[in-house]
Amino acid sequence: MTATTGTSKIHPALDTKLLLHMYHQMASIRAFEEQVNELYTHALMPGLAHSYAGQEAVAVGICAALTRDDYITSTHRGHGHCLAKGASLDRMFAELLGKEAGYCKGKGGSMHIADPDTGNLGANAIVGGSLGIATGAAFSSKYLDLGRVAVCFFGDGALAQGLLYEELNLAELWKLPVLYICENNLYTEYTHYSETTAGDILHRATAFGVHAESVNGQNVREVYAVASRLVERARKGGGPAFLLCETYRYGGHHVGDINRTYYRSKQEEHLWLTERDPILNFAGQLIAEQVTDAAGLQEIESSVKAEMAKAVEFALNAPYPSPEKAEEDVYAAN
Amino acid sequence: MPPTEVRELTFAQAVKEAIAEEMRRDATVCIFGEDVAEAGTPFKVLSGLVEEFGTKRVIDTPISEAGFTGLAVGAAMTGLRPIVDIMFGDFITLTMDQMVNQAAKVHYMSGGKWNVPMVMRTTLGATRRSGAQHSQSLHAWFSHVPGLKVVLPSTPYDAKGLLKSAIRDRNPVVFFEDKMMYKLRGPVPEEEYLIPLGVADVKRVGSDISLVATSSMVQVALAAADLLQEIGISAEVIDPRTTWPLDEKTLIESAKKTSRAIVIDEGYGRYGVTAELASVISEGAFYSLDGPVIRMGAMHVPIPFSPPLEDATVPTDKTVFEVARKLCGRS
Ligand SMILES: Cc1ncc(C[n+]2csc(CCOP(=O)(O)OP(=O)(O)O)c2C)c(N)n1
Ligand SMILES: [Mg+2]
Repeated sequence: MTATTGTSKIHPALDTKLLLHMYHQMASIRAFEEQVNELYTHALMPGLAHSYAGQEAVAVGICAALTRDDYITSTHRGHGHCLAKGASLDRMFAELLGKEAGYCKGKGGSMHIADPDTGNLGANAIVGGSLGIATGAAFSSKYLDLGRVAVCFFGDGALAQGLLYEELNLAELWKLPVLYICENNLYTEYTHYSETTAGDILHRATAFGVHAESVNGQNVREVYAVASRLVERARKGGGPAFLLCETYRYGGHHVGDINRTYYRSKQEEHLWLTERDPILNFAGQLIAEQVTDAAGLQEIESSVKAEMAKAVEFALNAPYPSPEKAEEDVYAAN
Repeated sequence: MPPTEVRELTFAQAVKEAIAEEMRRDATVCIFGEDVAEAGTPFKVLSGLVEEFGTKRVIDTPISEAGFTGLAVGAAMTGLRPIVDIMFGDFITLTMDQMVNQAAKVHYMSGGKWNVPMVMRTTLGATRRSGAQHSQSLHAWFSHVPGLKVVLPSTPYDAKGLLKSAIRDRNPVVFFEDKMMYKLRGPVPEEEYLIPLGVADVKRVGSDISLVATSSMVQVALAAADLLQEIGISAEVIDPRTTWPLDEKTLIESAKKTSRAIVIDEGYGRYGVTAELASVISEGAFYSLDGPVIRMGAMHVPIPFSPPLEDATVPTDKTVFEVARKLCGRS
């Protein structure tokens, strides 16, 4: 019921392994998106993709607070969520290229990665489209006494969908273990969020009695700390929470959105890239605190690079599904 | 049919020109939609309109399809002629209550006292590699509902003339544009013209078989007709242009003349537009037909992302050619 603005002050003494794991994941997501851009510009990827570059600390910080069994739902900008929840690079790339070996046998594509093994209920190309699904997963977790938490990732744009307010009401009414993670990257497509959002964002949740906080989404430790607390709270029956993550989308709305100066300035982009980069700043902290040294981080970067090259090669060489497969999977077999 | 020797425009330019002309003519015409103003929509169809008409009339909305569609219904009832832009036809589902229970019924329920002169513009069509939630052709849904009119232009010329009529119509009209056709070029005269809703167009005259096609499938049918020509089959291509009101007479007359008909539409055939058109032709031309009316539409699956799968889900000139050849008894 409280609306805490500002960042969380609690920094649990995170162990080295977790810190380096989070670094590795963020570096991996960044490299993944760079690779996606590469594939797109070389016309090797069908359709479009929405890059998560710049927002890595949100997905990684949140998912680090979850178990493998906990659920997530993701968005059109979902590669980071899926990877942070444990998806493998090769099957991700294969899906983006429409290959049979992809997570969805090529049927889903960039905007629809789903993977039951990592609790990923699916990425959704309808803005706000998974608000109900995540809330329903929290309901079944409670009903079946599974102790799982459901996390719903969505963008600032989804604040405009009426469904959000129906789900917030239901979730609080029934004390469901669900976290609504609003990633405010400042833009909905080509429009600044302030032009589409009236009033206070957190008040939207607190109006329903849903606990709400905001966090610096460029700081993975802060995201992790607040997520851990909210996940525990939800697991113990404390009910839903709403977390507003302040972040930034580095690229265009999608990979093809190159000329952006008509809706946002180069200076703004430059500021976020240079002063608030979640990976650079985290690297600086890790070295300053002697968690690792430059060589240690270099080692991570090199292994990310090698993993990425291997995964892309796998995906490029993987076969397409044969056309008859189009008719499979429409209905589940009984 | 447009006169020859006229200026060419793309489909997108024709749509924009229709809107611009109507906005100049009638100050109550305004546009609501996501990124319709400075961005000119993701498909860039409306680029330039905000510069001419300002943000009072070209209005960027939040991602609230139900909200701004409902608002447009109310605004239409009270003196405006709103055009609502729903970026992908897949998102019409979010507007369903506003369109089906509100817009479509207001005139009737009020005993003819209130009117809803609004246009919803949206898209249809697959093969853009956009996945299952950005590729559907859902025009059959609105065609099912009394009180709504549904327009499916297939050329730049038709798009302009039909859209101008839609904007002037005193009823809610849903206007579906094939997103793969925006760059298609065709003749559009400089002089003003309107095309009435409910009049089919003969896109190609023929005598052996009628290919009745809508929207994206008109170009496919024309290409199939070329292939058929090569083996000596003369195909007539008919475009109903609106699923409602429907020009039943033109479809029936063509089928009576050729004695064979195939109906091609990019929506699902099951309970779909092809089902309705085929039934109209079967009833009206029954005694002249040499065979069953055949339906061709999207495969009955959610549209898959992977290119070889997606391509298998929509009719092509080759598949239409094969079906037509068989129906004409050629091997
Ligand atoms: C219901 C619906 N309306 C419109 C769209 C088109 N669309 C795709 S992404 C997007 C902007 C979403 O903005 P936001 O929620 O902030 O997410 P971000 O892209 O910033 O990650 C829009 C309008 C859609 N996919 N679904
Ligand atoms: Mg956003």
